Amino acid sequence: MSAQTQGGQTPAIELKGISKAFGPVQANKDISIRVMPGTIHGIIGENGAGKSTLMSILYGFYKADSGEIYINGKLTEIPDSDAAIAAGIGMVFQHFKLVKNFTVLENVVLGAEDGPMLRPSLRRGRQQLKELSEEYGLNVDPDAVIEDIGVGMQQRVEILKALYRQADILILDEPTGVLTPAEADQLFRILNRLKEEGKTIILITHKLREIMDITDTVSVMRRGEMTSTVKTTDTNPADLAERMVGRKVLLRVDKKPATPGEVVLDVRNLDVVDEKDVHRVKGVSFQVRAGEILGIAGVSGNGQSELLEVLGGYEEATGEILLNGQPLDLSGAKSDGQSRRARGIAHVPEDRQHEGLIMNFSAWENTAFGYHHDEKYQKNGLLMDNSAILKDAQEKMDRFDVRPPNPLLAAKNFSGGNQQKIVVAREIERDPDLLLVGQPTRGVDIGAIEFIHQQIVALRDAGKAILLVSVELEEIMGLSDRIAVMFDGKIMGERLPSETDEKELGLLMAGMTDTDAPHSIEEIEQNLAHAGEAE
Amino acid sequence: MDFFTFVQLGDASVRMAIPLLLACLAGLFSERAGIFDIGLEGKMLAAAFLAAAVSLVSGNAWVGLLAGIGISIALSLIHGLASITFRGNQLISGVAINFFAAGLTVVVAQGWFAQGGRTPSLPKDARFNGIDFPGALTRVRDKMQADPWAQFYSEFISGHSILVYLGLLTVPLSWWVLYRTRFGLRLRAVGEAPEAVDTAGISVVRLRYTAVIIAGVLCGVAGAYLSTAVQAGFTKDMTANRGFIALAALIFAKWRPWYALGACLLFGLFFAIDNRFQNIQLEVIWIMTGLFAAAAAMTLYALRRERIDLIVLGGLSAVLVFVGLATWIGAMDEAIGATAALFETVKVPSQLIQSLPYLFVVVVLAGFVGKAIPPRAGGQPYVKER
Amino acid sequence: MDAMPKWADVVLVPVVSLLLAAIISIIVFVAVGQDPWEALKLMSYGAVGTSDNLGYTLFYMTNFIFTGLAVAVAFHAALFNIGGEGQVLLGGLGATLAVLFVPWPHWTLALLAGSVAAALFGALWVAIPAYLQARRGSHIVITTIMFNFMASGLLIFMLAGPLKPVGEMQIATAVFPETVHLPSLHDIAQLFGLDTFGRSPVNISIFLALGACVGVWALIWHTRLGYQIRAFGQSESAARYAGISAVNITMIALLISGALAGMMAVNNTMGINNPQLVDNAAGGAGFIGIAVALMGRNHPVGIVIAALLFGALFQGGAELSAATQIPVQIVVVIQALVIMFTGALDEMVRSPIQKMFLRYGNKGVGAPAAVLPEGEE
Repeated sequence: MSAQTQGGQTPAIELKGISKAFGPVQANKDISIRVMPGTIHGIIGENGAGKSTLMSILYGFYKADSGEIYINGKLTEIPDSDAAIAAGIGMVFQHFKLVKNFTVLENVVLGAEDGPMLRPSLRRGRQQLKELSEEYGLNVDPDAVIEDIGVGMQQRVEILKALYRQADILILDEPTGVLTPAEADQLFRILNRLKEEGKTIILITHKLREIMDITDTVSVMRRGEMTSTVKTTDTNPADLAERMVGRKVLLRVDKKPATPGEVVLDVRNLDVVDEKDVHRVKGVSFQVRAGEILGIAGVSGNGQSELLEVLGGYEEATGEILLNGQPLDLSGAKSDGQSRRARGIAHVPEDRQHEGLIMNFSAWENTAFGYHHDEKYQKNGLLMDNSAILKDAQEKMDRFDVRPPNPLLAAKNFSGGNQQKIVVAREIERDPDLLLVGQPTRGVDIGAIEFIHQQIVALRDAGKAILLVSVELEEIMGLSDRIAVMFDGKIMGERLPSETDEKELGLLMAGMTDTDAPHSIEEIEQNLAHAGEAE
Repeated sequence: MDFFTFVQLGDASVRMAIPLLLACLAGLFSERAGIFDIGLEGKMLAAAFLAAAVSLVSGNAWVGLLAGIGISIALSLIHGLASITFRGNQLISGVAINFFAAGLTVVVAQGWFAQGGRTPSLPKDARFNGIDFPGALTRVRDKMQADPWAQFYSEFISGHSILVYLGLLTVPLSWWVLYRTRFGLRLRAVGEAPEAVDTAGISVVRLRYTAVIIAGVLCGVAGAYLSTAVQAGFTKDMTANRGFIALAALIFAKWRPWYALGACLLFGLFFAIDNRFQNIQLEVIWIMTGLFAAAAAMTLYALRRERIDLIVLGGLSAVLVFVGLATWIGAMDEAIGATAALFETVKVPSQLIQSLPYLFVVVVLAGFVGKAIPPRAGGQPYVKER
Repeated sequence: MDAMPKWADVVLVPVVSLLLAAIISIIVFVAVGQDPWEALKLMSYGAVGTSDNLGYTLFYMTNFIFTGLAVAVAFHAALFNIGGEGQVLLGGLGATLAVLFVPWPHWTLALLAGSVAAALFGALWVAIPAYLQARRGSHIVITTIMFNFMASGLLIFMLAGPLKPVGEMQIATAVFPETVHLPSLHDIAQLFGLDTFGRSPVNISIFLALGACVGVWALIWHTRLGYQIRAFGQSESAARYAGISAVNITMIALLISGALAGMMAVNNTMGINNPQLVDNAAGGAGFIGIAVALMGRNHPVGIVIAALLFGALFQGGAELSAATQIPVQIVVVIQALVIMFTGALDEMVRSPIQKMFLRYGNKGVGAPAAVLPEGEE
């Protein structure tokens, strides 16, 4: 209640009884919320809790089935984004909505032009951009082309777009997902500055730390409902986590110390240059032993994905990789995913919707995916044994508690967590020598996260080597036995989880090798910009 | 070949290029907005028919032009309905429109004029006729004897129909619209990143419909040009695949207006050559050299690549070598001795010359002549992210 | 969204699409001054009215099964082979070369050799576009259209030149020798003492077509290759992850597609009453295959039904144009409408039906969503 009585002021945003259903799924149930002007209001909740749906309603992407929206005390209809912009709402999406081959200036002006002719708009835009940039310390080059600049700057362009449209209310959806901790800190400084200027900010996130660091008030969403709204100073991370999930959760993974054995994977001087001639991985070397989990931390886009792709057999590379002492082919016909699987490498890919699963295939067909050449799935030499696959699928789904346990259902009809379980079951049950795991819990609910983490640890305890790539520092810290940090295609250093902390890893993720020295944000910026140029 | 032949060839190239150019720019607007349009052919054909029919009935080519534009826009709207509103497959929609036009023009022409699926010949008043500039020579005999500048002026610059000049004007106009107006900025944006346009508060649907309507207008003019300026009336399938060639030209032109002009003039030249030189004779040795050189180049390329390249390109090379040898052996019937046969002249099959534009399209698409990045959101219906 | 039962998806949606196409066709008939009811009667009689006419319908059906399967196999790999027309022509060339210049002692051997050659030539004709799609990313739709034009040029060159019998005026090959004539269904029926199908050319290759259906069904849903084709067609990125080679699958799927289209030539050159290759040997069948595949939902059973329908339409349309002023192009119009409604405007038909089922249908989520494994149905 405390949040709703701030000195009798009119709330910048007030939602009353918002409900929205997609078919049988109730995404938002009777949600009411008040956001005071000049504050930063956090909305936290698990994946699928309905945060994004709520914000999409506020930004005119969806029409609520029922409920009312008040902006600065006035009942406002928001049928489309145009109306949202007119009402002074700006939104920074998780996936940026920028035209990649346009300049910063063109992106900012797009949709907010002064008249039918372009030049006057661009002239005024340039002037205004300069002023806004200076006022809020945003520091962007109006003539840079979007695809040439880093994600941090792209995000600032998104903020500028909103400010250019004179937004007073700024919604940011998971803004730090693609940022280094240092870049995130810079973003928070910008947000505080905006707050001081009287802007109202809504921050949507699933990261507890961010809520604690920057918000004034926080609302918790769970299964489509707004369960509570509290002052940030009146709560703590454990309390928030419990409110999110509805029960007490372990924030750390429960596991025994590792007992590493022989070296299973030995990567030496690996280089990857992609089709666009971008040098993605630069002379990377590391080892993974049997019975240990090597976690690779880093902001996304620093070469981790390409590393996984090389090991999984769908990106070419130069250098040397030994698996159980024998070299792997890094190019040519024997470097494909089938050869990798034959050598005992299993792979839970980063993107289950576009790689790990065929969404329109049924669960049973997905069970054979990648292993469709397996002897046990064939009959009489020519045909596939569909009933054997079906039976196998049923068993795996039962063992991994996939719900609903119906192998005839198409993959797209399962929730994110259950989809991931289908992938993990398929890969772990192969009993591989080396398991590659990319972002195992992205878009997965907390219950399934715990289960998947347990399965990974169990495989480690069975003496298998595991290479984990994740952008979630918490996950890396919790699961790994050793941590390597990647930045700009290179490994910046290796640490033991017990001997490091998020701050040190954060500096490594920003490309600082000397983690003891104090660093200014400008120095980090420069470093990141330099890395961007190399592309 | 004397200078006047060149001028005539250039003149014919421009004439042939205009419908390609208009269709190409139609495709440009549509594809820049993210809508693939392989229905250019059908739209042109429908416009060609209705423009001819209405010109005939009204006696006024301009009324016919409007009718042609009208039907072309109607087909564009169907394409828009399928690919924008109902998020259907844009290729399939385009194919359907092509068949629809190909069938319906003949059925309606038969029902209307009962002349075997064509319109009667248009009288001169109901057509777009050539405009003779002041001082231009009009009789061929005069032109042939004139000095080069007069030839150039009279044959190349003067004497085209108004639609040719309008067609050429659409190039700078398109460039200006695309790069100097608010609409152009938004149009280019919606083909690259419709989500950026949508979140900026602009209607993706309206923009894309506008783009397909522009495409309809341009195709309408192209069709009307064919049946009321180049020829005097509609005949079955008279667009002769220009819609598809325009698409290839568009790719060749990297989706840019000025490049489109160049690409279409090049294809126009192909057609002009095809029209003018039906009978090309070559010595066997040249044919063999050309074929063997192509085979050698392909094989060399393939050798440095993968097995699949070697199989396909090697196979194709073998076919070319076989054709070369077959030509030689065939010539031996005519000449005495194998060596003499090498210098025998043979006629290049007219079917081959007619196929040259298509062959060139394939070479262009193979990307060996300029590789381009198409608009990123092309061909995909826009669905809001949840 | 699995909001509606499977039968609605495979039966109701196509039927509604077809009805819409029919309504527009009726409008066209009225517009050109033809009584639609009269036209329907003429067409029905033309298609199935006599045993002879039925034979023609089945003859065309055979053609459309081949081209429909060809388009469908490519569709499963998310590739649009619009080059069936050219592949049929090349298939005809292959079959002709195989039976005209080799003195086969018996039609069975000729059928075998002709089928193989037709399939081979059809496949080879799509090999270059397939290669360019697989290795250079050149759009298969435009390249195959170009290859259609070149195929007809090549065929005319062959028929007017090397393959033209001396002294003949017609642009066609010589009539194939008597020993390689395929038995027509009329001949076969006579063995059982029946007198059916009259002079119609429907022949033994109808069984080849039905066999191809079974083959494609087994290929797509019961082999590793089919599994890989479908996986690639659904998601290229996932196929990459699974070690399914995009280049190989693109090539193989299109080669199979081209081979199926090419095999149509067996029916259309070796199976006709005066077996020979003529310049218009495809007759638009390659394009009708698109409509057939779309309407048949890329499934062999659906393709047979759609092919039968189009066979009837084609034959009925020919009879109609003979009896009235309506040109045969009316078939092309109807074909376009079917492609439009079952292909591009699918969503327009589907979503109202889906909504209807959501509102009035059974609320149980499990039942409609429980898709049987494809092909196990």
